[in-house]
Amino acid sequence: MSPEFPKKVRSDLNPSRVLTFRIDGRDVSARADESILIVARQNGIAIPTLCHLDGLSERGACRLCIVEIKGSARLQPACVTYPRQDMEVVTTSERVVAYRRKILELLFTERNHVCSVCVSNGHCELQDLAVELGVSHVRYPYLYPGYPVDASHERFCVDHNRCVLCLRCVRVCDEIEGAHTWDVMGRGITSQVIIDLNQPWGTSETCTSCGKCVQVCPTGALTEKGRSVAEISRRRRFLPYLQMMRERRDER
Amino acid sequence: MNRLRLATTWLDGCSGCHMSLLDLDEALLDILAGVEMVYGPLVDVKDFPARADVTLVEGAVGSEADRRHILEIRERTGILVSFGDCAVTANVPAMRNRFPVEAVIARAYVDNADRHPAAGDGAAAERPAFAFTGVPRLCPTARPVHEFVPVDVFVPGCPPAAAVIAWLLTELVAGRTPEIGGRSRFGA
Ligand code: SF4
Ligand code: SF4
Ligand code: FES
Repeated sequence: MSPEFPKKVRSDLNPSRVLTFRIDGRDVSARADESILIVARQNGIAIPTLCHLDGLSERGACRLCIVEIKGSARLQPACVTYPRQDMEVVTTSERVVAYRRKILELLFTERNHVCSVCVSNGHCELQDLAVELGVSHVRYPYLYPGYPVDASHERFCVDHNRCVLCLRCVRVCDEIEGAHTWDVMGRGITSQVIIDLNQPWGTSETCTSCGKCVQVCPTGALTEKGRSVAEISRRRRFLPYLQMMRERRDER
Repeated sequence: MNRLRLATTWLDGCSGCHMSLLDLDEALLDILAGVEMVYGPLVDVKDFPARADVTLVEGAVGSEADRRHILEIRERTGILVSFGDCAVTANVPAMRNRFPVEAVIARAYVDNADRHPAAGDGAAAERPAFAFTGVPRLCPTARPVHEFVPVDVFVPGCPPAAAVIAWLLTELVAGRTPEIGGRSRFGA
């Protein structure tokens, strides 16, 4: 397990300790409640991510953000690992990159990603990661599972064949919209996101049809009806905005 | 100078990758100066030659014939290129993989037909069994080429853009084995 991390959202009301550590040989300073990912980004060091989304809580679900920490045999996900004084973090060793590629390739095998006919083609974070990590083919056998498409909602569709289980939809629905319509069932690669008590989306009594889940989905799993191949566009600017407004409310 | 002996082939795909190759327009002339086309849908040769320097393979391996063909090609080819998404990932042809072959055939040729001459008109409810007579038997699943034979170069894309193909062929003609890097992507 990753070390325990503070649940509390950062704000000026709960000031926390400042410490220094090293990322890729560079000295950086950070607050103890900032993840390695956040600190790396503040210092212009890019770490690939998939389940992380600014404005949502961290889930540590995809493990693409793994980094090496000197003295620890296991790789740690940067988005849910917090710095300690004098820690030494390496973000792009050969070992880390090899594991990131493997993880990404396995994601492609677990569902049916047919990019050429996907509504997200050209706007997909999974597809972009393949380019970024130099994945030109998948070395593991594809599983070709039989997942359904649920088009029972008036305006939205969920195609489980393209879901990467990042759980952004679950988090945005719970944390931002407050409806908690989405949840997860099953374990391991047979997990699946579900609506309410695993029922057709169109029959949900909690879904407010706000569409936030559709906007945050990194792949073509959640879509608006009426869009065809490569036609999706995501609007995510509402997220940091809503979060900012909330923090202000908390301060009042 | 010895010209590059180039073969191309078309397995379980739509020919779009070959179309994209032709899309090079006049750039094709320069490249062809260094190339001898020895096999493929673009030339009239019946059998795969004893030796090809490079073979571009379009399409997944979807039938028994594809499987035999790719094994033979691998033996006779220097650099084997998985050319386009169907060869690299099995892509659209693999969308049938979650259904049994019989169901796929029935869906394509029987269920949606409004007339069944064998059973007599109006007897659509009776589903005639499909026999692979005179056509290659479909494998249970369509799969990427590299699951059958070692592949030297992967070029994702549905289809790969003409500019990427131009770069690829230029590298190959120059005697290099190119790494695609971020030049093309799945679904491009
Ligand atoms: S969700 Fe992304 S990776 Fe999956 S098929 Fe669509 S474009 Fe490809
Ligand atoms: S539906 Fe989309 S947002 Fe939800 S878990 Fe799957 S990929 Fe993530
Ligand atoms: S971004 Fe860190 S685990 Fe997904």
